[in-house]
Amino acid sequence: MANATLRRFAMPDVGEGLTEAELLQWLVAVGDTVTVNQPLCEVETAKAAVELPSPYAGRVVELLVEAGATVDVGTPIITVDTGDGGVEAPEPTGTGLIGETTANGRTAVLVGYGPRNTEARRRPRRTADDLPDRAPLLATAPDARSKPMRHGGLEVGRQAEAAALREDAAPSLAVAPGRRGPRPLAKPPVRKYAKDLGVDLATVRGTGSNGVITRADVDAARTPLGAETAMSAQGEEQRIPIKGVRRHMAAAMVASAFTAPHVTEFLTVDVTRMEKLRRRLAERPELAGVKISPLLFVAKAVLLAAGRHPMINSSWDEAAQEIVVHGQVNLGIAAATPRGLVVPNIADAGRLSLAELAGALADLTETARAGRTAPADLTGGTITITNVGVFGVDTGTPILNPGEAAILAFGAIRERPWVHKGKVRPRQVTSLALSFDHRIVDGELGSRFLADVGALLADPGAALAF
Amino acid sequence: MTAVRNETEIDIGEAGEFAGPLPGAGAPHLPQQPDLVQLLTPEGERVEHPGYPLEVSDEELRGFYRDMALVRRWDAEATALQRQGELGIWASLLGQEAAQLGAGRALEDGDMAFPTYREHGVAWARGVDPLHVMSLFRGVDNGGWNPVERSFGPYTIVIGAQCLHATGYAMGIQRDGAESAVLAFLGDGATSQGEVNEAMVFAASFAAPVVFFCQNNQYAISVPLERQSKVPLYHRAAGFGFPGVRVDGNDVLAVLAVTRAALRAAREGQGPTFIEAFTYRMGAHTTSDDPTRYRLADEVEEWKLRDPIARLKAYLSRSGLADAAFFEGVDAAADELAVRIRSGTVEMPDPPPTAMFDAVYAEQTPHLAAQRAQFEAYQAGFDGGAE
Repeated sequence: MANATLRRFAMPDVGEGLTEAELLQWLVAVGDTVTVNQPLCEVETAKAAVELPSPYAGRVVELLVEAGATVDVGTPIITVDTGDGGVEAPEPTGTGLIGETTANGRTAVLVGYGPRNTEARRRPRRTADDLPDRAPLLATAPDARSKPMRHGGLEVGRQAEAAALREDAAPSLAVAPGRRGPRPLAKPPVRKYAKDLGVDLATVRGTGSNGVITRADVDAARTPLGAETAMSAQGEEQRIPIKGVRRHMAAAMVASAFTAPHVTEFLTVDVTRMEKLRRRLAERPELAGVKISPLLFVAKAVLLAAGRHPMINSSWDEAAQEIVVHGQVNLGIAAATPRGLVVPNIADAGRLSLAELAGALADLTETARAGRTAPADLTGGTITITNVGVFGVDTGTPILNPGEAAILAFGAIRERPWVHKGKVRPRQVTSLALSFDHRIVDGELGSRFLADVGALLADPGAALAF
Repeated sequence: MTAVRNETEIDIGEAGEFAGPLPGAGAPHLPQQPDLVQLLTPEGERVEHPGYPLEVSDEELRGFYRDMALVRRWDAEATALQRQGELGIWASLLGQEAAQLGAGRALEDGDMAFPTYREHGVAWARGVDPLHVMSLFRGVDNGGWNPVERSFGPYTIVIGAQCLHATGYAMGIQRDGAESAVLAFLGDGATSQGEVNEAMVFAASFAAPVVFFCQNNQYAISVPLERQSKVPLYHRAAGFGFPGVRVDGNDVLAVLAVTRAALRAAREGQGPTFIEAFTYRMGAHTTSDDPTRYRLADEVEEWKLRDPIARLKAYLSRSGLADAAFFEGVDAAADELAVRIRSGTVEMPDPPPTAMFDAVYAEQTPHLAAQRAQFEAYQAGFDGGAE
């Protein structure tokens, strides 16, 4: 893995506007060396059963989806190492020895698998109105001798396994949630905004003309966490398969929570000055078009404070029995995406100017929300910020991203009564929570780091002293 | 690219009730078709046809092999790229290489061609960069190439519409007094379209210098030819009042000879010709289609024996016109082309959304400028602007 270049292949839309596909079977296994356009798997959509050819040459590192699963378009299905994959021969496994015939009748060859020996049959049409006594599709019965064929890399007429799989599987009950009246009216930018915030437009009352839902209506309807669960609890039990991003998140969190002893410290900070500076900066011509968010200030503060306390930016190397103090900060940002939590990172964020950092943050969240984060951007993070404030909560006890020594949770900024210059004033106040790996970071270091971050947010001018 | 008019998919279940022989299998075998013009048999034997004598140099013959092999490789790469999510859709020409290269190479300078959306081989013959075609199917360009520069019209998705454009263009040539001709491409399904029939009526009435080149690939998406026409398609020309001829569409030499003769007749003022290039679509209608739902593997197997490239290769090898080194060279060139197409396609930048306003008119109109401004404001709404 020295020169590993991990590339992920996401389920494409193979038929003009499809949203999902069923992965019928894998044609490659982990460790196989694949060439460009070598068939990787067979998928079936509402329109056709087709093979997906590999866009990469390299070695199969991971199959992210199991055969039989129905996968949303855009979900990564396989990881291929395109780095030095071609050099290292894959370990032949029990049923895949070169020249041997596998259980499904195919002969393992040097690269992938050779031609299959299955016989083509007519595809049973898959319609809801299929009746048991339905007449055959064509007057002529299917010819069991007709072979599947390849032509220009395409295979035509191969449906046997697909049919067999379907026959084995019990008819799956379509989970069609009942329609709740007409579709709510909102313009696409507002729809996207609501989707990003997780607001169901059906629950929002529109105040625009003709009852159109506006951005402000969506803001007003932002529901606290848990409301969604409460609503669906009234209906039937839902069983959600643990797969993809969700599965990775779960594994990472368990690994982290039960290896690194976590300590969490809290700090409440008056960020009124930061908010003022933020507005001033936003008006500066050289920062025009740059999104100056509170998160940007927190990111900058973490970077500055990490410069003063390098040990906070480190990893525990159990195998080598060493602590690795990183030479640069790869700043991870926890991002909620439609498919679950991912933590992409900004490589060497300490070297970026404020404008560059803002641009990198915007790119990162946009890419993550679109589900297009490159696997490389998900590895190698050294310290993470999780912005729980966007959900309207104050703070939490974050779990470390595996391999990192610290994670900072940044809560909502609220106007609160606060003692300022001897008087109670309404001030902009937020909460910070820092979890750290107590094997590396002791209470003193953790406290100093958190205090520095807090000081920088309370008085951004202090940055001059860093 | 979703609107494909009138080639409606029928319900095969219903069709089964009155389906006779298998779709396509009812079509007579090629050698038994008396009217089929053929100069190279499926076995790769050169034969003569009294009506269509053809002189081709050895260099031209090798050129045809090279053209067809490269276009097929392009087609395979494009199909794979669609499966990898890099193209919105692809319409494969697999099996129709001879019909397209033969027709494309029959065109002369000054002639104009009007394609459907599957004429990649003709595009190649007209010198269109494959990447320009790819940009269209990737959805990053509305046209792809300059039709005037390449004498090759824009790909037309609306079934048969290009026949009207072709007839109109031919009537223009006529009025200019130019000695050029127009080649209109269409498929078997398009012959059922109103526009195509109108175009043929006009072409006949005005003796327009246009040749209708119909690639009969046996299926209008899923509808077999038997349901489209009760007579062989080339017989229909007689009803319009111009000659019709059926040529072996998998025989590049016969297609070249027949198309060349028809274009010459058009240039000389003898009016239109209808050519039915009898061929077969080896792949799916497009990448969104599953042909195993409406045709049997046996039928495809049978047509594989008539492969256009294999028969020319057999002829070149047997007659000593090309050696192993030549074929290896073509294979290597095809691989190089595939790499160029792959990297060129994957690296195509997405155009800004406002690019769609750029080429509506040669000059921006106030109305369009207002629309553009409105659209820009709307786009800004995603960044938290207006409601």
